[in-house]
Amino acid sequence: MSSVLITAVTPSDRRLLDRLTAPLAKSFVVPVNVAFGEPLDGSFAFNLSRNQFSSMAIISKLLERYEDLEGKVLGVTSGDLFVPVLTYVFGEAQLEGKVAVVSYHRLGEDFYGLPADEELLQSRLLKESVHELGHTFGLLHCSNYLCVMHSSTGVEEIDIKTDKLCADCRKKLSER
Amino acid sequence: MIENQKMKPGILIVDDELSVRDSLSKWFKEDGYRVGTAENANRALTLMNEGPWDVILLDIKMPGMDGLELQMRLKEIDRGASIIMVTAFGAVDSAVQALKEGAFDYVTKPVDPEHLTHLVENALRTKKLSDENWRLRQQMSELSGVEEIVGVSLQMKKVVDLARIVAQTDTTVMIRGESGTGKEMVARTIHANSSRRYFPIITVNCGAVPETLLESELFGHEKGAFTGAQYRRKGKFEMAEGGTIFLDEIGTISQKMQVQLLRVIETKQFTRVGGNDLISSDFRVVCATNRNLEAAIADGSFREDLYYRLNVFTISIPPLRERREDIPPLVDHFIKKYATLMNKPAMEINPEAMDLLVRNRWQGNVRELENVIERAMVLAKPPAIRAEDLPFQLSQVQSGSAPTGDSLNEMEKLHIAKILGKFNWNITRSAQALGIDRVTLYSKISRYGLKKP
Repeated sequence: MSSVLITAVTPSDRRLLDRLTAPLAKSFVVPVNVAFGEPLDGSFAFNLSRNQFSSMAIISKLLERYEDLEGKVLGVTSGDLFVPVLTYVFGEAQLEGKVAVVSYHRLGEDFYGLPADEELLQSRLLKESVHELGHTFGLLHCSNYLCVMHSSTGVEEIDIKTDKLCADCRKKLSER
Repeated sequence: MIENQKMKPGILIVDDELSVRDSLSKWFKEDGYRVGTAENANRALTLMNEGPWDVILLDIKMPGMDGLELQMRLKEIDRGASIIMVTAFGAVDSAVQALKEGAFDYVTKPVDPEHLTHLVENALRTKKLSDENWRLRQQMSELSGVEEIVGVSLQMKKVVDLARIVAQTDTTVMIRGESGTGKEMVARTIHANSSRRYFPIITVNCGAVPETLLESELFGHEKGAFTGAQYRRKGKFEMAEGGTIFLDEIGTISQKMQVQLLRVIETKQFTRVGGNDLISSDFRVVCATNRNLEAAIADGSFREDLYYRLNVFTISIPPLRERREDIPPLVDHFIKKYATLMNKPAMEINPEAMDLLVRNRWQGNVRELENVIERAMVLAKPPAIRAEDLPFQLSQVQSGSAPTGDSLNEMEKLHIAKILGKFNWNITRSAQALGIDRVTLYSKISRYGLKKP
């Protein structure tokens, strides 16, 4: 059986990571742990011209760092992530692969000029974490708008969906 | 699994930058799309040929061949694919050019993920609608397709071939043949195979419309143009806009009408009766006649200039008696047709009856044969049509292939006169006794010049 290791990619708040372990373990029915030791310094992935972090570079580095680890790796950062052709991404994952990365840069209410809401931020981060890890388990986007695998390009869509896999996605996950 | 892959919409990403191809490819794979990537124009063209791809994301700046030219080449392979141009910031001019040349939309790098998702969804929705539209047009075309011309003879195969060939052009066609040979069916075949098929085919039987009404029938009239013209009415030429006008029995129109017709066919413009406005209409002319127009020109009853205007491409349909090998398949066709219409089981035809049918002179050609089969289908008892179910017997039919001149005509004329006399010229009862319909009887009375005593 697989496992999930959550690792901080600076800049990152460790407290948020700790609160992800239990719900993620419940979602994928696998052991989930937060990595001990120094977090990964994300500065190597910073792109000066875009003022953002390259999610692809972070994924490559995590793959290298956890080469010998069995199971999945989830990097969590507060840095704003991008892929070359898109203005931003909430996260990125290797489809049916090992590594995923999520950013909570755009998940907080303060990013949109509203008062900070830590509960809401935590709930959005959990949904995006389940979503990206779902991809590493081979799940694709789901048309059920309540399913956590539903594609979201804005926080409004994240807030509509639940942090649970729908019955179809659960079935697909169990068949893998 | 492979079948599922085929069902998924396909997105082809054409970009020379690996990171762009990779990130877009990943993005769309997570959405469950079938994704292909090409790093240059040649690879894009190869993948396009292996397609189909529903949406193509095409970088406008590529080494070798630029995106605009590649767009053109991709469209040549699949006109239906939606192309979304991906441009660098500030390349709006080329993007506008791409739109003018048929791109679905364009995006500027880097693109907002939400925008990209909606754009691709819209492109797919539009493509689905246009595919559906195409499919429905095909279906409509099949459903509204004309009745098939039945015939195994070389002469009829040639007629069908000529009709299909001329259909591709806008050439005026004259169809010649005896009454009942299927001139209107050939006209409909031409229309159905032409690019005008989604527009109407309007039939005008010039011989059936009284001379005084023909002008308003063809050109329409304004309100108050003549007594009884209470409303403005469109004429047949106006109704045929975009389609075909079939002028049947063209040989019967008056000299005055011939002049007007010539002008309309040449200019495609006319005025309604009682009106002043010049109306233009885009129509194709197909006409038909069973008259010897050359003789009519010689005796001055048909204008030579109109003849040459109409007689650009002629299709001659041979009479049924000159292609007897077509009779058995026609008989089968009509038996099936009337079995369906009358909700009866399909019937056989016994050899004796078929022999009679093949040897008959068929003055009224295929129309007469159809009437005979319809009548036989009413009378015959399953499982087969017998000779007794036919309205003529062996003695009345010409023997073998030796033509007997007008003897059958003469017999028909005498027999009709006898029956009319018997029923005191009651047309309905006489037609019933003769086994033909009233219209046919009227035409025979007129053809044989029979007069009520």
